[in-house]
Amino acid sequence: MSHEQTSLAFRENTVRALKDSPLRAAMRHATDTFGTKRADAFAPLADLEALRDRASAIRDDVLANLPMYVDRFVASATRAGATVHRAKDASEAREIVARVLSERGARLVVKGKSMVSEEVDLNSHLEAAGMEVVETDLGEYIIQMEGESPSHIIVPAIHKNRRQVGRLFADRLGVPYTDDPQALTKIARKALREKFLSADAGVSGANFAVADTGSLVLVTNEGNGRMVTTVPKLHVAILSVEKMLPSLADLPAFLRLLPRSATGQTMTSYVSVITGPRKAGDATGAKELHIVLLDNGRTEILSGESRDILKCIRCGACMNVCPVYRAVGGHPYGWTYPGPMGIVLTTLLTGMRKSHPLVDASTLCGACVEVCPVRVPLADLILGLRRRKVREGFSDPRERRGMEAFGKAAAKPALFSLGQRLAGAFWPLVRALGGKDVAGRMPVPAKTPLRRRLP
Amino acid sequence: MKVLLFGTCLVDTFFPEAGEATVRLLRRFGAEPVFPKGQTCCGQPAFNAGFEAQARAAAKHFLWEFDGDDPIVTPSGSCAAMVKHHYPRLFRDDPSLLAKAVRAGERIYELTQFLVHVAKAHEAGLRGKGTITYHASCHLTRSLGVREEPLTLLSSLKGAIFLPMPDAARCCGFGGTFMAKLPEISCALADEKAASIEATGADTVTGCDSGCLMNITDAMRRRGTRIRVAHIAQLLAEGL
Repeated sequence: MSHEQTSLAFRENTVRALKDSPLRAAMRHATDTFGTKRADAFAPLADLEALRDRASAIRDDVLANLPMYVDRFVASATRAGATVHRAKDASEAREIVARVLSERGARLVVKGKSMVSEEVDLNSHLEAAGMEVVETDLGEYIIQMEGESPSHIIVPAIHKNRRQVGRLFADRLGVPYTDDPQALTKIARKALREKFLSADAGVSGANFAVADTGSLVLVTNEGNGRMVTTVPKLHVAILSVEKMLPSLADLPAFLRLLPRSATGQTMTSYVSVITGPRKAGDATGAKELHIVLLDNGRTEILSGESRDILKCIRCGACMNVCPVYRAVGGHPYGWTYPGPMGIVLTTLLTGMRKSHPLVDASTLCGACVEVCPVRVPLADLILGLRRRKVREGFSDPRERRGMEAFGKAAAKPALFSLGQRLAGAFWPLVRALGGKDVAGRMPVPAKTPLRRRLP
Repeated sequence: MKVLLFGTCLVDTFFPEAGEATVRLLRRFGAEPVFPKGQTCCGQPAFNAGFEAQARAAAKHFLWEFDGDDPIVTPSGSCAAMVKHHYPRLFRDDPSLLAKAVRAGERIYELTQFLVHVAKAHEAGLRGKGTITYHASCHLTRSLGVREEPLTLLSSLKGAIFLPMPDAARCCGFGGTFMAKLPEISCALADEKAASIEATGADTVTGCDSGCLMNITDAMRRRGTRIRVAHIAQLLAEGL
């Protein structure tokens, strides 16, 4: 189903989320678990900081030379037998995927987890073209059944508890109710197995694209990713251009950082490196491989002051530690990507006009900066977007007037003192005049401020 | 040693007792605090909200008021971090102010930094009482890197018991103008922080930033919790 962007209603969305106690309990439990597991997974790594430096430097190099790496990837992947398509925006990407699938008569499409496919709203487009699209990642399977969008980039159903999933499966699949996670997984596996075996095509994303070899790298846990990319005769992969890595030699640093940062695992159950379609003598693999490289504004981001967000490797660690995300979950952010990285990407990809409340959705506590495996300066990027919001005139007029007054008073001590005295004298009025949320939570200004108590 | 005291706008306006306690502590350890009378605010409210011109006006004024070579001491991790890390950005296109900004960043100490590294206050056998827990504010911890100093001071207090707080460095939800723009989340985070404080069983909670302590006090009031909230300067000064 299609999801309209609701980022402009961020505050209203959060008010709703804060009242949803199962959601809040699920968020607390999941993010705490990830936090602990992440810390445990990194504890034995003596060279963690050097590893982060190395990964960060590789990503910097990729961004500094992105057009070259993309061209190299296209050439290598083509040589390996894949067909590479370039999509400049979401609608081109949707159309390319739909065309490739429909030209080959695909009716049933199984999908591996892909946030880029969410970004371009692929499913609704394929469904409108008459195809049945089945998400096969367990979390994605759950939220597709519920008609929701992912609320976390790697744990899409993080906001749900097992009882909710149990009721959903009982309602929609006609199975007896159970809230045992293993039993629920078995139910999903049985339903999905039939889909894998009868699917006409598999659509996946990719964690990395290796420029030298033209390989796609998928880092997964459930095995569905491997089924999607090898069982059907046709595999279509969709990924954004910045996912390049120069060579396979660069991969190990990321294979050490990504699972530890994401789920606190030292490694995932599966790492798939797919280089071209099935060749003569290969036992598995799709017979035909199409790769759709999505730009959707990335080239423009690359030349701007927020370019460092393109270093992101989508581990989700920043959202797991974000106090705001942790309190309200991913849906209030109102688009594909939530949490600190989502604030930045959503604003850049959808534009300030559609997303400006998001740039205030951070306390600037810096917890995200502390955990980012590739050293994306998320707090600085958010500050940069706040400056842009002011420049482009999206800030609240009352805030603007207040800040202009602040700027004048902060440079003129007499004015500052006067403001201080007025605030003290008229505090009840400040509270009454709509300041109840703020002034009501602050103490009354002191009768004698520090400046008049000291010699 | 002469030190310039930067009170910060919050302490100056709402919590002058924390400023007076800072003065008493500095004097006790042989420093001569001077309060530049023209000081206002470091500019952080404007800077964090994206109003760069207004932040620059405040910062420029700060650099004027705190000019010289004397150390600057402030009872706030957040304001110290603003001067140290963000002033250079504000003046990146102005070489003479940039040099002053960098120099101010080198001269500024958050109070506990000064007390431990310069004054060695943790070796002075200060007295304390009751049970104390500590909230590690965000900018103090992650931007300024001050993690151990407050703990060193608190655990040195004779007669007081220090009780660590779970997730002490998790944000309390203050966030400056964040508390005004998204008050519902701000209160929810403060509530969670208050619950962590209550779970320690301590009778006093302390910290190095008045903004956070103010937010925590409000959450305590809403919850009807009777735990004392005091700036670390006040707690330490009581033991002089």
